[in-house]
Amino acid sequence: MGLFQYSYMQHALIGALVIGLAAPALGIYLVQRRLALIGDGVGHVALTGVGAGLLLNRSPVLVAVLVATAGAIAIEVVRARGRTSGDLALALLFYGGIAGGVLLVGLSDATSANLNAYLFGSLITTSLADVITIAVLGAAILVTMIALRPALFAVSHDEEYARVSGLPVRTLNLLIAVATAITVTIAMRAVGVLLISALMVVPVATAQQVTRGFRSTMTAAMVLGFFAAGSGVWVAATADTAPGASVVLVAIASFLVVAVTGGVWRALRRRATPAAAVPTPEPHEVVLERS
Amino acid sequence: MTTPVITVEHGVVGYDGRPVLRDISLTVTAGEVVAVLGANGSGKSTLIRAVLGLVPISAGSVTLFDRPLRRFRQWARIGYVPQRLGAGGGVPATVREVVASGRLARRGILRPPGRADRAAVDAALLAVGLADRAGDPVSTLSGGQQQRTLIARALAGQPELLVLDEPTAGVDAASQEAFADALRDFVGGGGTVLLVAHELGPLRPVISRAVVVHEGGICHDGAVPDPAGHHAEPDHDHVHPHGPDEPAGLWSN
Repeated sequence: MGLFQYSYMQHALIGALVIGLAAPALGIYLVQRRLALIGDGVGHVALTGVGAGLLLNRSPVLVAVLVATAGAIAIEVVRARGRTSGDLALALLFYGGIAGGVLLVGLSDATSANLNAYLFGSLITTSLADVITIAVLGAAILVTMIALRPALFAVSHDEEYARVSGLPVRTLNLLIAVATAITVTIAMRAVGVLLISALMVVPVATAQQVTRGFRSTMTAAMVLGFFAAGSGVWVAATADTAPGASVVLVAIASFLVVAVTGGVWRALRRRATPAAAVPTPEPHEVVLERS
Repeated sequence: MTTPVITVEHGVVGYDGRPVLRDISLTVTAGEVVAVLGANGSGKSTLIRAVLGLVPISAGSVTLFDRPLRRFRQWARIGYVPQRLGAGGGVPATVREVVASGRLARRGILRPPGRADRAAVDAALLAVGLADRAGDPVSTLSGGQQQRTLIARALAGQPELLVLDEPTAGVDAASQEAFADALRDFVGGGGTVLLVAHELGPLRPVISRAVVVHEGGICHDGAVPDPAGHHAEPDHDHVHPHGPDEPAGLWSN
């Protein structure tokens, strides 16, 4: 643990832990509405913001927040319209975003190492100011996602019902879109735009294999995200691996462990209690006479 | 008992320029139990979706509780039961969590659930006979039990008007009976009901008025009509393929 006496490692750890908690708290709503890959799309768009920031000599993260928010709102508008050309529009946005990013970074004085820091994360160069930004915005995302859980659950679960309940459906959808953009951009320095989606989705996928309800899935996913972030950064520090990739691989490893353990456990239980596995049949609906 | 709850005047609805409902007028007053009947594609589901503002009307007007639909905000007075539970992306949700969504219209989105909310959810679960399944994931329930979950969600909001879209389509006999009982209790407590149905089955004694939609217009408004043709035969089992994923339902008159 000797490495953690250095302040840059402490910054890295704090930043990763905040994102480890906040990303799954938001990601569960994305998974529920079958938008698991939306974080990836917003990440592509954010890259154009990074490029613009580097070119204009402004804070890349700040410009990326603005561009990613605009992109996320555009994606939400396309989704809400529900047109069949929706996935095409999304593809245009995604690849336009990444191409724009690469082009703008190329035009600026930045090197490819700069671009890599945003693509795959660069926790080690995270400054104290970065950590404070991550902590404040991450905490805001976390509080919003938990405090509005009943409403966000209702909207993500059954949008039409939410409308007939008089919920501000459009506002809540935009809130999720904006929260996605903010999470992606603050996580950009920690795990990178290409890997952040994993931290939103994988802990949820792991948790829902063993949980029964929404609330318990959310809690378990946050614990798993926190654990993956903490141990990923520790692995990166001790084994000198890329932090973002280490965090994501720890998350995927826990998914595999839970999937295999759960499968074995279910198989054992089925063998132990064969009678309990047979569901009680519904009562008969009609009486058929044998001829 | 003549306060109008729903008023549709000369309502017209079209999808992509193709008219689905043409010049529909309908009034439902407090305490009535109105069944909207009709064949598949007749526009009966569109009618109730237009009443709730889920599809826009291109002409005419909809009034809910004496207020034009556009300015209607008292959604807690309405309980909506859609045809089926959305797929929901695979994140598990318990029966209780789904039913608790029914309290949001009354509580608002910022206030955390209190004792009254929990009591209403308990009562709704009891009314549809699912109290023992409250902690189970909805995905483990049968189609009929899922439908009862949606009815409990609507009842949990303690509405004055229930709007139901084919509540008994593809639902097993036990769930249909449980549903008819819940509806009878709701009407007994002074509630108003508008429901879309294909076949009334055990609901028939509860219905006070029937509206038959045919090719986008109302062709009958009054007493529940007798089934015609082979539908009238005593051993008729009404089976309709409602959609590709629908389990075949069997029910007799």
